[in-house]
Amino acid sequence: MSVLTYTENWDGKFKKSTYELLSYANEIAKKAGTELIALTIGEVDNEELKSLGNYGASKVLVVKNEKLNDFIAKSYSSAISQVAQAQDAKFVIFANNVSGRALAARTSVKLDGGFVPGVMQLPSSIEPFVVRKKAYSGKAFADFELNSDIKVLSLNQNSFKIIEDAKEIAIEEASVEIKDTDLGAKPQSVEKASGKLLITEAETLVSAGRGLKGPENWGMVEEMAEILGGTTCCSRPVADLEWRPHEEHVGQTGKVVAPNLYIAIGISGAIQHLAGVNSSKVMVAINTDEEAPFFEAADYGIIGDAFKVVPKLNEALKKFKAG
Amino acid sequence: MKVLLCISHVPDTTSKIRFTDNDTAFDKTDIQYIIGPHEELALTRLLEVKEAIGGMTITVVNVGLKETEPTIRKALAVGADDAIRVEADPTDALFVAKQIAEVYKQGNYDLVVTGKETIDYNGAQVGEMIAELLDLPSVTSTSHFDIKDGKAQLEREIDGGKEVIEVDFPFVATSGKGFALEPRIPNMRGIMQARRKPLAVVQAVNQEIKTKTNQFYLPEVKGACTFVDAENVEELVRLLHEEAKVL
Ligand SMILES: Cc1cc2nc3c(=O)[nH]c(=O)nc-3n(C[C@H](O)[C@H](O)[C@H](O)COP(=O)(O)OP(=O)(O)OC[C@H]3O[C@@H](n4cnc5c(N)ncnc54)[C@H](O)[C@@H]3O)c2cc1C
Ligand SMILES: Nc1ncnc2c1ncn2[C@@H]1O[C@H](COP(=O)(O)O)[C@@H](O)[C@H]1O
Repeated sequence: MSVLTYTENWDGKFKKSTYELLSYANEIAKKAGTELIALTIGEVDNEELKSLGNYGASKVLVVKNEKLNDFIAKSYSSAISQVAQAQDAKFVIFANNVSGRALAARTSVKLDGGFVPGVMQLPSSIEPFVVRKKAYSGKAFADFELNSDIKVLSLNQNSFKIIEDAKEIAIEEASVEIKDTDLGAKPQSVEKASGKLLITEAETLVSAGRGLKGPENWGMVEEMAEILGGTTCCSRPVADLEWRPHEEHVGQTGKVVAPNLYIAIGISGAIQHLAGVNSSKVMVAINTDEEAPFFEAADYGIIGDAFKVVPKLNEALKKFKAG
Repeated sequence: MKVLLCISHVPDTTSKIRFTDNDTAFDKTDIQYIIGPHEELALTRLLEVKEAIGGMTITVVNVGLKETEPTIRKALAVGADDAIRVEADPTDALFVAKQIAEVYKQGNYDLVVTGKETIDYNGAQVGEMIAELLDLPSVTSTSHFDIKDGKAQLEREIDGGKEVIEVDFPFVATSGKGFALEPRIPNMRGIMQARRKPLAVVQAVNQEIKTKTNQFYLPEVKGACTFVDAENVEELVRLLHEEAKVL
């Protein structure tokens, strides 16, 4: 028996969310009294692989297979399921990002397991297995009971803290068999904003809405994100108007985020917007309208014109950061 | 080209969420139901493609009890050709996926489309589960969808970017951001026609239920917002540092 985590790598590197995932899975492995195994697909150097041992993994299995050069949900989930079976995994745990969710759903079907997507904390009980997730687009939470022998979970990003638990980690290769019929959806070309911090991973998000009047006014928003070491995002109309790229749209129909600090500039705070951001630990709203609904959700607020407040705030933040 | 579009029947996005029976069940009082917003956009895009290439039928399928029929009729009014309702309470994602896989097998479809996720259950899993049950390829979070010269031309969202994808029919696509922008609103003629379009009701097949919801919770009520004077932004920095401890 074991707990298996799929630790995705990005061009051979792991991210903060990888270590969150391992820390979470490690706690489950302890509760279940078993070992934690990590699985990654593709070339990763040994130093990077060893870093997984800092968060409780006692073994990492590396799958290298030419047929897995492109990310295809069907072939990747086939590889993961084969390893899960070989390792007698009772838990298979993924990050709840775009690829993790797809893989988890497919893997659960292959293994005849049950799947709870987007879990946000440790199970409240192991027998029966009960774990909490968001429901109604962040307007509520639900406790799910999972009644299958094999349990598949995906962990929400930024919802679990990293816990160090250094182990001597064994690095092994695992071989899998990939059928040609698993390669049906072939990626042709990729466009990636390289080096940009993903909004789902950032600890600080500076978000702006239609109150900013036009895309030419985003300089001060980007500046604030840079000072705070975070990144920018936006409300839906801003993405729809193409003032900002679609990846930045947060809310019920966009991305769901949970940073430590969410600063909303010129965003009214519609219920569909709040649905995507209300798991943020601390929220700040800056708005000219004292009746803006965002002030009901925010922890801190400034009633004022963004064009005056934001530059001043940037100066104050710079001074603070300079110490 | 036969397309099967899976639609969910969900509380309107502005709904205030409440629970009953000691927080074990969703309180449906005064709730307006809608087609899931992602599926509504998917339907819009499918209709645009249909108008461009012709020869396409769009069947909408919903797993739900009779109460979902007005939502299904709305999809027909927007422009879907016919509909199937699988008579069952959609409690578990795998259960829903299994029902839809069964409908697919009965119908010779070339393409299955689902939304990215439901806005009540927030699973984002039914589409991939259908693909897995049917041993089909899938394209997740599809951000661009077109069919030209009988070939699918798709783009999908990946973490931090997008990717152009080539895929042969049949396959499963889940619609993501960018699939279509504004949902199409039904007109009077569409609403009249929808009444006469076929809506078949089929029985559910067996599937073991692996997950169930025990208890719901509402988020803790936030404390009141602390206002800081616009002339005194240093105070906000101080509060974020000393009180909230996020700087
Ligand atoms: C099905 C559905 C799904 C949706 N999903 C989403 C979603 O995922 N995400 C999302 O964001 N929205 C979503 N929406 C849209 C949502 O209802 C709102 O329309 C949207 O969030 C409003 O964006 P906004 O706050 O940027 O713009 P507005 O509502 O126009 O608000 C602009 C705000 O800026 C303030 N302002 C103006 N000038 C200034 C200034 N100089 N300084 C400071 N403040 C200023 C105004 O007082 C106002 O509060 C959805 C809607 C529907 C129907
Ligand atoms: N009861 C249902 N009937 C038909 N389709 C559904 C149903 N539930 C979910 N779907 C489809 O599956 C997608 C993903 O749902 P979920 O995995 O619950 O987030 C939705 O966007 C719908 O397209």
